[in-house]
Amino acid sequence: MASGVKPRVKVPKTASAGDTVTIKTLISHKMESGQRKDDDGNIIPRSIINRFTADFNGQNVIDVTLEPAISTNPYFQFEAIVPESGEFQFTWYDDDGDVYEETKKIEVS
Amino acid sequence: MNLKPWMAAAFVGMAGVAIAQDDSTLSIDGEDFVTETAAPAHVENLSTIYSGWRFRTPETQALQEDDFDNPAMIFVDQGMDLFNAVDGAEGKSCASCHKGGPEEFVGLHATMPKVVDGKLIVMEDLINTHRVEVMGAEPWKWSGADMQAMVALIGLQSRGMPMEVAIDGEAAPFWEKGKEIYYTRYGQLELSCSNCHEDNYGNMIRADHLSQGMINGFPTYRLKQAKLISRHNRFRGCIRDTRAETFAEGSDEFKALELYVASRANGLDVETPAVRQ
Amino acid sequence: MELTRRKLLALGSGAMALSSLTGLPAFASMMDDAIAKLTGGADLGEGAVTITAPEIAENGNTVPIEVSAPGAVAITVYADGNPVPNVATFKFGPLAASRSASTRIRLATTQNVVAIAQMEDGSFQKASANVKVTIGGCGG
Repeated sequence: MASGVKPRVKVPKTASAGDTVTIKTLISHKMESGQRKDDDGNIIPRSIINRFTADFNGQNVIDVTLEPAISTNPYFQFEAIVPESGEFQFTWYDDDGDVYEETKKIEVS
Repeated sequence: MNLKPWMAAAFVGMAGVAIAQDDSTLSIDGEDFVTETAAPAHVENLSTIYSGWRFRTPETQALQEDDFDNPAMIFVDQGMDLFNAVDGAEGKSCASCHKGGPEEFVGLHATMPKVVDGKLIVMEDLINTHRVEVMGAEPWKWSGADMQAMVALIGLQSRGMPMEVAIDGEAAPFWEKGKEIYYTRYGQLELSCSNCHEDNYGNMIRADHLSQGMINGFPTYRLKQAKLISRHNRFRGCIRDTRAETFAEGSDEFKALELYVASRANGLDVETPAVRQ
Repeated sequence: MELTRRKLLALGSGAMALSSLTGLPAFASMMDDAIAKLTGGADLGEGAVTITAPEIAENGNTVPIEVSAPGAVAITVYADGNPVPNVATFKFGPLAASRSASTRIRLATTQNVVAIAQMEDGSFQKASANVKVTIGGCGG
């Protein structure tokens, strides 16, 4: 489902070196579980985001494996250390091969 | 209250654990909201009106207290994209005419529905009329994702303003019709809106904590469907649950009911887009 | 899918027939199998991992949870009453400031949500939380 997928990410714009920053991410996605049936009794095929990663200047913060039990419009909150100014890269991997990306810059003083 | 005995049992069966609305204060990004106030004079059977937010669990409440945690906001973002998207034969977007952006609509949502040229108009009507007549575009489906994203985007501009729906003058006959629907028992269960949301708010109906059925937070992100739910969709769900044939979304009956139910929340702050169970 | 009462009843009787045949709550043992696969059957300690979840979920479709385990390299979350017990695995990278994360999950019914943390020394820790999922009058 490449259409209608929209990521949202919340990262502070500034921080001090070595600070802990809280990051929140949300992406619009149906997360079709593969457990449901349509009105004719046919299984609706699974279609989920199966992996989410957050990196900062090329180094990993968190790498999440998602199963169908993650709710529609997957949400994550976690904490990162920012050693220097740079860019967060967020990536969501869809079952259908699509990849959704978002980046956020942070100024570290 | 005049309920059948089994119905009374259903409502009070869990009264031992039922609690009324809580005392929490809704605060979104530092701004406090009015979720409790004296009932307007035209709501004869209630002394105090409460936002549905006050009847939810702390976990559900928390989802509405931070604009990032509120999943409805991704759909508001989509509404913003739609606002700027050219659609239809005239090659226009909403933004082509509304150059001030959605901010042009500050306060509008708090006064809707309203009567224009003798017709009762709700927000969905306004949006589709402009799409068809000005943009030459296809009308959106009433409870579709695009429509409700746009209703939420426009509604958000009035968030924190008190509901102030006019019920007099030209609106009066529509309002009376809505009131009649509100107090009419529907379906095999013979339940009116008032049986649950006026006589029994704060009680449990099976595992559901009944609110006063206020619509000041619509469209609302319902955890059950995990998307924005329109007012008429919720009306339909309620009437369907009484095991009745329901009115259609966008019908004159539901528009009249929307006016009446919206007016019952006069004085509560607009919470659009709210989060409910 | 619109889950009608009739379909729910059919689902329920099917599940009962299954459990009476096997004599076991099928889903819970599926979770135990999944955990054994992760840990290789290692002992599970307790105390170093915490899971925070509501006691009562207003709707099983969206249940907020948080897991935390200082010193963990990864935390895997399971739900023992779901048709598929695995929920998510959080692997922490070099720039993770804490070994904690929050998300929102689906719970098919009242059940235990279990977190298994893999610690830096290779040992495993376990924590669980029971979440009651209500079937609403109208909202559920």
